[in-house]
Amino acid sequence: MGMTMAEKILADHSDKEEVKPGEYIFANLDLVMGHDVSAPRAIRIFRKMGAKKVFNKDKIILLEDHFVPNKDVNSAESCKLMKEFALEQELTHYYPVGRAGICHAFLPESGMVLPGQLIVGGDSHTCTYGALAALGTGIGATDLAAAMALGKLWFKVPETIKITFKGKPSKWITGKDLILFIIGQIGVEGAKYKSLEFDREAVTYLSVSDRLTIANMAVEVGAKCCLMPPDAKIIQYLKERTREEIDISFLESDIGVNYEKVLEFDITKIEPQVAFPYLPSNVKPISKVGKIKIDQVVIGSCTNGRLEDLRLAAEVLKGKKVPNYLRLIIIPATQKIYLDALAEDLLKVFVEAGGVINPPSCGPCPGAQMGVLAKGEKAVSTTNRNFVGRMGHKESEIYLASPLVAAASAVKGYIADPRELLI
Amino acid sequence: MVWKFGDNIDTDQIIPAKYLSISDPRELGRHCMEDKRTNFASLISSGDFIVAGNNFGCGSSREEAPFVLKEIGIKVIIAKSFSRIFLRNAINIGLSVIDCAALVDETSEGDELEIDLSKGKLKNITTSQIYQSQPMSEFLLQIINDGGLVNFVQKELQKTRRVNK
Ligand code: SF4
Repeated sequence: MGMTMAEKILADHSDKEEVKPGEYIFANLDLVMGHDVSAPRAIRIFRKMGAKKVFNKDKIILLEDHFVPNKDVNSAESCKLMKEFALEQELTHYYPVGRAGICHAFLPESGMVLPGQLIVGGDSHTCTYGALAALGTGIGATDLAAAMALGKLWFKVPETIKITFKGKPSKWITGKDLILFIIGQIGVEGAKYKSLEFDREAVTYLSVSDRLTIANMAVEVGAKCCLMPPDAKIIQYLKERTREEIDISFLESDIGVNYEKVLEFDITKIEPQVAFPYLPSNVKPISKVGKIKIDQVVIGSCTNGRLEDLRLAAEVLKGKKVPNYLRLIIIPATQKIYLDALAEDLLKVFVEAGGVINPPSCGPCPGAQMGVLAKGEKAVSTTNRNFVGRMGHKESEIYLASPLVAAASAVKGYIADPRELLI
Repeated sequence: MVWKFGDNIDTDQIIPAKYLSISDPRELGRHCMEDKRTNFASLISSGDFIVAGNNFGCGSSREEAPFVLKEIGIKVIIAKSFSRIFLRNAINIGLSVIDCAALVDETSEGDELEIDLSKGKLKNITTSQIYQSQPMSEFLLQIINDGGLVNFVQKELQKTRRVNK
């Protein structure tokens, strides 16, 4: 019968030769990640469990990204707890503010994520790592505590949905447009509990950065994980970041495996996509958006805060000024991206356009600080969620889009098609 | 009694992220569902039910979502379906979650329910309708019977300590 990518990785981390969808297993973990929201709670639970030592001090990553630089006394206390725990447990991978950036941008960038790994993170977008063929999945604080103590967790083996693309996208189409398009097609529950697998053809034309954006939003269709078969681009990306031996030989679904569904999308003709409030599936092509005036543009997050995203935005914003009533917030996702963007003069373009640069962090994405919205305000954002109140007041509105659409909208003051500006 | 909600109740509605730095459970609980229903937490009596549509608990991985619901007194959530991480977190903290679309369709806010978790039997006392849901897998029941994942891990750690001695 053969196995899918998800089944292979789960079997490889359990004591079984073969696993089947629906089966419950215990599996050993390669990496366990917690951030300043999930880790403090997990640390308290870890202590309540009576655990004394983490299972492996090299395999746990604690990192601050959500409410840093500390937004209030409570978040300062949370980060203090993380620091004390990291010191007490002598963790190799502890990254306070200023050392890393947003978890899902930092882990791949630093070469820690490798094909075939099983990774859990106290964050729903841990599925991002599937772009590098690692099975990453989000967990809550109790799971995170158990994972830190035991180095293993229970899993239900998911069924797999395969996605394939027909054709080649136009140059205006980014990974963000493709994943928004898919979410619009299959809905927020379209892949619930499933492994969302892209086949080799689907990823051929995509850069590693675009693949990370797509995998990042797999959770927005309810997926447990996302997996993309690694190819030469991935090998190259990894070689620049790690000296670890990389074995990708087993990382493709066997021929003839039982997919729950196979979905094929023709992407030759798709336009830039925009997700309207209040669900990421509420997607329209840019030509159907109409003239929607906006108050803020956010370019950043674990979805679209990489150097490639900032380059696209800078291409649109170069030499332009944003309208005076509009706030433009740019957030390089990691310290390294910040430095690279500085070296390439991208930050200069943004500041000259009237933008402000936030420190590498989640910023306004989870609605806590550094760019929250007032009642009735509208934002175009390259983040991944546009739920009620996600970025501030419950009557504010978030329109999700690519960095190109976001930058074009910043220039125009309303949701705009980048093709109008760059052609 | 039943509190009824629609589809796609996400974790930002259950507990907005801006409160996640609060560590006092009671204070955190006060903000449960506040954007959806004003003063929701104060309306709940211990043992109440939430009955909701599809994809309950979608969104972030925050365990605070099932936690605040349990904290304010919700005993069981019955929905047409749950998001994966919410379901996992609920089981791990010992909050019961049941899928039963038929009950959701035929139950109104304010109805009284009676639930036998071990048999998966659900009864709407107000309408006298009886429903059967999928019995929970033994694997998950074991974790719930252990009192959630915390106790499960405690037992595992004791086992390894004994082996090491
Ligand atoms: S950037 Fe937004 S989606 Fe990404 S980890 Fe931070 S809060 Fe979550």
